[in-house]
Amino acid sequence: MNYNWDWGILFRDPYLGWMIGALGWTILISILAWIIAFSLGSILGIFRTSSKKSLRLIATCYVEFFRNIPLLVQIFLWYFVFPELLTDEWSRWVKRDMPYPALTTAIISIGLYTASRVCEQVRSGIKAVGEDQRQAAQAIGMTEVQVYRYVLLPNAYRIILPPLTSEFLTIFKNSSLALTIGVIELTAMTRQIEEYTFQGFEAFTAATIIYSLVTFTVMALMQQVDKRTMLPGSFSKGAS
Amino acid sequence: MKKHMIFVAAIVSAISFSLPTFADAGDSPTLKRIQDSGVVNIGHRETSIPFSYIGANNEPEGYSIDLCHKIVDAIKDQLGVSSLEINYVPVTGQTRIPLIANGTIDMECGSTTNNLTRQKQVEYLPTTFITGTKIASKMGSGINELEDMNGMVIGMSAGTTNEKAIKAAIAAGGLDIKVVTVKDHSQGWLALKTDRIDAYGSDDVLLYGLISKSNNPSNYQVTGRFLSFDPYALMVQRNDSTFERLGRATMAGLMRSGEMHEIYAKWFEPGPTAINMPMSSTLRVAFEVQALPN
Repeated sequence: MNYNWDWGILFRDPYLGWMIGALGWTILISILAWIIAFSLGSILGIFRTSSKKSLRLIATCYVEFFRNIPLLVQIFLWYFVFPELLTDEWSRWVKRDMPYPALTTAIISIGLYTASRVCEQVRSGIKAVGEDQRQAAQAIGMTEVQVYRYVLLPNAYRIILPPLTSEFLTIFKNSSLALTIGVIELTAMTRQIEEYTFQGFEAFTAATIIYSLVTFTVMALMQQVDKRTMLPGSFSKGAS
Repeated sequence: MKKHMIFVAAIVSAISFSLPTFADAGDSPTLKRIQDSGVVNIGHRETSIPFSYIGANNEPEGYSIDLCHKIVDAIKDQLGVSSLEINYVPVTGQTRIPLIANGTIDMECGSTTNNLTRQKQVEYLPTTFITGTKIASKMGSGINELEDMNGMVIGMSAGTTNEKAIKAAIAAGGLDIKVVTVKDHSQGWLALKTDRIDAYGSDDVLLYGLISKSNNPSNYQVTGRFLSFDPYALMVQRNDSTFERLGRATMAGLMRSGEMHEIYAKWFEPGPTAINMPMSSTLRVAFEVQALPN
């Protein structure tokens, strides 16, 4: 190995500021995409287990479509193909005038993709609570909305907390795919520092450590959430 | 009889001991590695047209690749072997430095700008091409210089020397130009084609290459002054002056004999991709200056 190590590069101006700014973009993409994924995924998960056939069909189609196309391809389709399908005026808005076109596209496409995965988790959670609980709730005269609101969902979310945690960790790592449409998030910034300084090993090591720190923090937080929300005698065994 | 045998053995061992003086890797780790394995590992780019790219027969080819073959010939002479196996390793902007540093590739034959910061990490051979940042736009867009682009959008590949140069020029001129970064040249071109950006900034030779490959070359133009100065060179490992000298000597020889001009003409005038870039006077002078005597 014939390499000039220079760890100081990471703490030098402007590279330190670049890394911190890029981490900000990574966190922003992850959190906004997660909000989309969690809310849409929950709704779809409910649809997928609902008694109405039409709702089940909609959710199934969504999952099959978004889960089976690679995320990278989806990002490309949303960024390059989707605007071409619109009218000229809208196309121009999406491409130019929309605030942060690349960032917005990345958040939406990662969010929509992850929603399909969250949907499946929510469905499995609801199924795990069991058909008998649903029937029992209906037997005491609850409407379907009430069954979900008071019986199925509170238990289902507790059951799927561990897989949801890893889904959130995945979205955090998937956010790096935003670099393919030119968003300078953490991985892209690492590459940029590599190109500017040729100190790639230092930059990528820093990125590895930052990603790990963030994911460890998320895991620790989710473990606390799991502990606080645990119901006595339920299935919950702690997020990992 | 026994004496005779000793004599023969002495000659044989003398020959075998003296052989390395003809075929000597010297103190060069790179040459030593090549001698031990019988393989030269050449790092190449996949889309740097016409410097280093995957050609029609799925083999890397291009101007830089041809130059590297000349260096491989020089290595053969140096080591006194009749043939060396060539192993092509594809590299990207991100992998080229680590792969040179850890010895996976013995030289990088692509389109890499030689600058002083990068020289902390690798050694460069003599300049083989000179280019700089220019901007490409659609015909009739009214864009000539960066200054014409107030209120418009310019795109460039993230992390390139072009990005640095254009951002600096925008800041220096106090211009109101929106900047969009893309991942690579093909995406930048797509963005220009679909009107996501009004102009795309890159090395002028690469812009000509992109235009020559587009489905309607007469629709696009490359304009403006050079916003940066980018001399390209082949890269080798640091701290290996013996191998570096071998490369320098090879390049100087090509420039002295005029063979360099023939290789240039093969790829650029107009070249297999119809890029048609006659040798600039700057490059001609650079070749003359770098043609050191033996």
